[in-house]
Amino acid sequence: MNSAIKNFKKYRYLLYELTKKNIKLKYRRSYLGILWTLLEPILTTIVLTIVFINFRGKKDHTFPIYILTGRLLYSFFSQATKQAMKSIRRNSGMIKKVYVPKYIYPLSDILSNYIMFAISLIVLFGAMFIFKVYPTKYIVYSVIPLFLILMLSLGFGLILATMAVFFKDMEYLWEVTLMLIMYTAAIFYDASKIKAQWVFYCNPIYHIIVNFRNSIYGNPLDKQALLISMAYCISSFIIGVILFYRKQDKFILYI
Amino acid sequence: MSKEVVKVENVSMKFNLMENKVDNLKEYVIKLLKNELRYQEFWALRNISFTVNKGDRLGILGLNGAGKSTLLKVIAGVLKPSEGKITVKGMIAPLLELGAGFDPQYTGAENIYLYGAVMGYSRDFIREKYDEIVEFSELGDFINVPVKNYSSGMKARLGFAIATIVEPDVLILDEVLSVGDAKFRKKSEKRILDMFDKGATVLFVSHVTEQVMAICDRAIILDKGRLVANGPAEEICNLYDEKFIGVKKDGKETVKNK
Repeated sequence: MNSAIKNFKKYRYLLYELTKKNIKLKYRRSYLGILWTLLEPILTTIVLTIVFINFRGKKDHTFPIYILTGRLLYSFFSQATKQAMKSIRRNSGMIKKVYVPKYIYPLSDILSNYIMFAISLIVLFGAMFIFKVYPTKYIVYSVIPLFLILMLSLGFGLILATMAVFFKDMEYLWEVTLMLIMYTAAIFYDASKIKAQWVFYCNPIYHIIVNFRNSIYGNPLDKQALLISMAYCISSFIIGVILFYRKQDKFILYI
Repeated sequence: MSKEVVKVENVSMKFNLMENKVDNLKEYVIKLLKNELRYQEFWALRNISFTVNKGDRLGILGLNGAGKSTLLKVIAGVLKPSEGKITVKGMIAPLLELGAGFDPQYTGAENIYLYGAVMGYSRDFIREKYDEIVEFSELGDFINVPVKNYSSGMKARLGFAIATIVEPDVLILDEVLSVGDAKFRKKSEKRILDMFDKGATVLFVSHVTEQVMAICDRAIILDKGRLVANGPAEEICNLYDEKFIGVKKDGKETVKNK
């Protein structure tokens, strides 16, 4: 444990460099560059609002906020886990030649996505003022779901990264699973209107979205949702760390 | 003075060679159910033990597939041995396939920081040595061009300049470095010889005995993953020539120009 911390300190700078690289290269050569982190959620929210506004019975002027809160969390989760899943294969050249603690690769992918996600929260703030959902004291609690989604992505990222080394199929399978997660996360519809409530319990990000919405809309956190989301986060994190740690020495034989 | 820098104790490395590689879930499950998952064990290294003292220059001889590169990878920490233990004291600089860790979209300058971080340098250290690296690599204005537009020689020069900016305790060389043109090669050889003079411990892999004799003071021979000889460079080189290449001591000319 002690040596692991020492090792981390030594490679802290590498983590910083890799995270920076991911962010820098993502928008290099595009004209709008980092502005896309803001534009992308704005545009998708407009599209989703136009498409789904008719499905909502009553006129709800805060509907874009409802979509945005769900959509931002989901797209962070999907981008981060997808990238982390491929991190070991993508960096195989490096892994085969130089010793570096391997978790640095998925971790840097998650962190770079988290930073871009944090930037895109500016859009949410802007939208809150436009649609008159003014922040209350409960907005402070939003750090809890924001932290939980990071931990969840890290756990899933480690699990997926390990599995994808041994089975490339994981990449396609996860793509489909993510779609399923998106449709069952109540991003653009009201969860209470759905009969089959059990699907929401199977969704790892739904309860995080619920509490994030609560803090944005000025409601206290839902205790049950908090417990469920914490259970997802902690268990995926523990499984991820153990799985990754136990299999990491075998990666090099498969990549 | 004779401090052990690298200690290799009973190291074995096993690879499971699958008869046909299974890397997707469907095949895996089918084979598992049919009980057709057979592995062929392959021992790349078997029970290797030796120590290298500070300032030693150890040559590692062996035919292709004898396990030389595997041994270096195990010492460098890239591969974890199946059995046994490796202890290395101090910093290792592996000069293997220079520039392999570069990101092609990044410019040379950005890659200096990235590659330096991979090697475990600190940011301040890289910043301090940045000018020296650029100057040594002779890239000039190309340093601000993405690495994907570099020639292979330019890449190797930059890789060499970054990897050798430190004074490593252990230097790992795979074959003799032939980096860039004749002029740069001379410069890079000089830098390596300087490291020798400063007392770096060297692990040098080759199958050309002349090079080993010129560089090393000790040598070992690997054959099919086993350590078959360990001793002073000259003695071991003669043994290697006789036993593995089939040339007597006086018939050395035949291998000279390889």
